[in-house]
Amino acid sequence: MGYVAVTGGTAAILRADELVHYYRVRGGSTPLEVRQIRDQQRLAVDKVMGEGSLYAPTIAALALKQAEGDSIEASFILRAYRATQPRRYASLAIDCCRMQVIRRISGAFQDIPGGQILGPTRDYTQRLVDFSLLEERESIVREFLDRARIETAGKALPDSFPKIVSLLRREGLLEDPEEGDRTLRDITRESLGFPYPRSAKLQSLARGETGAMMALAYSSIRGYGDIHPYLGELRVGYVPMYIRHPARPEPVYVGKVLVTEAEIIAQYAEGEKGTVPKLSLGYGLCFGHNELKAISMGILDRAMRSKSACKAPAEDEEFVLYHIDGIEASGFVAHWKLPHYVTFQSTLDRLRRSQALKEESKDAESQGD
Amino acid sequence: MPASNAFVLRVTNLAKRYGQGCPSCYALTGPAFATNICPCCGSIVACHDIGFDLEEGEILGIVGESGSGKSTLVRCLYFDEEVTGGEAFLAAYGKGGVNLFAESSQRKRFIRNHLMGMVYQNPLLGIKPHFTAGGNVAEKLLTADVYNYADIRARAASLLTRTEIPRARMDDFPARFSGGMQQRVQIAKALANNPPLLFLDEITTGLDLSVQARVLDLVKEIQRELGIAMLVVSHDLGVIRMLADRTAVLKNGRMVEIGLTDQILEDPQHQYTQLLVHSML
Amino acid sequence: MLNLKAIERKGGYNFAFLDENTKREIRRKTLKAVAIPGYQVPFASPELPIARGWGTGGLQVTMSIIGPDDTLKVIDQGCDGGVNAVNIRKLLVKTTGVGTTFDTAAASIIQTRHRIPEEPMSGRQILVLQVPIPEPLRFVEASMAKTREMHSEMDYSRMWVFLYENIVKWGEITIGARYPSLVNKRYLIDPSPIPRWDVPKLHMAETLYLFGAGREKRIYAVPPHTSVEPLEFEDIRFRVEDFSGKACVRCGSDHTYMNEIYGGPGGGKLYVCSDSSRCDKLRAQRGEAKTHAGK
Repeated sequence: MGYVAVTGGTAAILRADELVHYYRVRGGSTPLEVRQIRDQQRLAVDKVMGEGSLYAPTIAALALKQAEGDSIEASFILRAYRATQPRRYASLAIDCCRMQVIRRISGAFQDIPGGQILGPTRDYTQRLVDFSLLEERESIVREFLDRARIETAGKALPDSFPKIVSLLRREGLLEDPEEGDRTLRDITRESLGFPYPRSAKLQSLARGETGAMMALAYSSIRGYGDIHPYLGELRVGYVPMYIRHPARPEPVYVGKVLVTEAEIIAQYAEGEKGTVPKLSLGYGLCFGHNELKAISMGILDRAMRSKSACKAPAEDEEFVLYHIDGIEASGFVAHWKLPHYVTFQSTLDRLRRSQALKEESKDAESQGD
Repeated sequence: MPASNAFVLRVTNLAKRYGQGCPSCYALTGPAFATNICPCCGSIVACHDIGFDLEEGEILGIVGESGSGKSTLVRCLYFDEEVTGGEAFLAAYGKGGVNLFAESSQRKRFIRNHLMGMVYQNPLLGIKPHFTAGGNVAEKLLTADVYNYADIRARAASLLTRTEIPRARMDDFPARFSGGMQQRVQIAKALANNPPLLFLDEITTGLDLSVQARVLDLVKEIQRELGIAMLVVSHDLGVIRMLADRTAVLKNGRMVEIGLTDQILEDPQHQYTQLLVHSML
Repeated sequence: MLNLKAIERKGGYNFAFLDENTKREIRRKTLKAVAIPGYQVPFASPELPIARGWGTGGLQVTMSIIGPDDTLKVIDQGCDGGVNAVNIRKLLVKTTGVGTTFDTAAASIIQTRHRIPEEPMSGRQILVLQVPIPEPLRFVEASMAKTREMHSEMDYSRMWVFLYENIVKWGEITIGARYPSLVNKRYLIDPSPIPRWDVPKLHMAETLYLFGAGREKRIYAVPPHTSVEPLEFEDIRFRVEDFSGKACVRCGSDHTYMNEIYGGPGGGKLYVCSDSSRCDKLRAQRGEAKTHAGK
């Protein structure tokens, strides 16, 4: 009777905490500055802000440091922090025509009013390991910055660009926005049933996990419910945000945020009988610079409105929206690490019973022979 | 409800319209206009002003071309579709005095599960391919509150045997059955709860001729044995001739004629019925 | 048990972590759940610093009902000392400062995962169960939109056929834990992954049972004195796990849910109580009895 049940969870958890800390710093190198992550791991920070659904570059960078670069873990930390913050105001709708663009391209047209602006993109670089970065020093960086004198964020560019889609719409080639439910619902404070109102759909997508959304969008364009998308326009840049304040008659400027916006033009809609066929639009918008996510969101937004009788996974609203949230998905996938021995015991009980019954029926058969 | 004969099912003024509708919908559609599409608003008047009594142990045939509204009619009666207007009464429900269409969806489910059976043209509308053949029959019994496993097994076995599904296939999945076999599973399922009323919607369409004959024989035998009242929808006058005691003729959503099947086939009164009968001969 | 005046901020966060509006919203949804036994009430399910799928639903419910005077017990797999129980207890204590206990009888709120304590509970206690999948019909239908409709029409035939085919194939129903049960003769629930052993404890109980599913955003309840009937055929009855001939190596109890462990000499099998606090209690009593006998 020497058996002692495994307990002592408290001590083990404290020790695990300490080990996490140890593994992060055991290399002995200079501790990462949060500012370095914020500045030099810009795309990782943007991804975390998007999936954590909080625009807070410094806290996102801190979360990345804390999570040793695990972006889902960092998004989770940011999202949990977000849940403790009061919501004091809702911003007015942002106007992406007033975006200070750092990048703006269209795949559907050779040239567009205002011009294609390539901006900071790796699209046309060769993915060769840049060994020179091994030797990157502060002095080299400073010299580069002095020499290049790159002007960003609107100084060299006009303040506003017309939307490609508005040109198409003016010509009657693109359908008008659906009427439907235009009320703003907050999915973090309300529980909604399917079908979701559009505002809730877009919110869910905007905080979805980039990889999950990309996989579903990929499945669609690869053939499972293809909507034949074109990239009408992709913009990356800073948009001004305004709120209404009871003390002021005019909207109050509260700052600007970096966003990526994708407008996906899809095969013309199935429309009601007798209506003129028109192209339709899928919309993607997310925090920070995250082009794959914005494009995937645009494709999924359009795919979920498909009227096809036999829905592909990416066209099934419930399927898409229930499975793209990185925080929910990672939590449930990881929860199998929790102890399950009580339920496993119950499964063993059933298995033994099923085996016994099979044996019995075998015996009965052989006796019958 | 005053009843002259003992009716099983009574239908009065049944109407079903698809689309928004307008005041002229009923006035401007029907056989006189050779269409069921309203010229004013484009709505489809699938059924209008349909009424009949189905008597005990009787098979009533519903015949008409596609678009005549015959399938919509049975789908409305089985609550697959919501009617736009009209009433229906079942002798076995509320002493025949309760309009079924006005009941709650829960009550309608009860009526369907306990008092009706349905056999669709497409067997996969009536049975689930991922349930076993026996499981499909069991489903109907379970919805009718039979919760004894041994009883369910025995009843499923006897019904499937009755519809010529070998006992050895009882625990197989209908997804792997032929069309005729799937249809016989569907019939077994429809009969499971001993319903006083059975709907048969184009049940032989799409089957091979020899298979068709066997399915029709089966229906006829079952009707003789059990005396179930049936509503048989078909575009095929051959099927109607073989099964139906009386027949109603539908055209553009209206009932243009109803009478004894022999009389309809031998001495059709309405112009359209004459056309229909002559085109068959 | 909730005294609003006594609420104070703990460690930079509101009492019990969630802000008062969020708690109020969860309590409203909980009241609705109690009013419609077994019905899954959707709720907004705020994010917590604990991962989705790791007990957030139970935590949200506990956080919304706990007050400073409560005595808390947290168990996982029946055990007070498991890592997950410790972690959840730690968060609740850190944000509320309430007293805790391992003794089932002494607790006013018990949050649990996968077990209902073996000791009978009273009407003054609340048991909060953590739920991974609130939908019993998930066995037969993946879409929540469709299962909602099936519940509204009380259309459980597909679940029944599932059980029927189970018996056809295996000779008996093979569902281990999460056994689908009908509450108040109306709504089918997933009683959370408690073993079948615990299902009868829900039936006509003294205690209020609250079920929280955080990731799936649903709350449901079994109020006291409410019928909870596991689905069974008239001739093939629901059966709990079989531990006949087994006894706990620690307390000797032979009528309790047990964990089987490869821990004996030469890799042999041992059985030990899943409910650790009851096991300890029995051992302590036996110790006392010995002392008395020694006098």
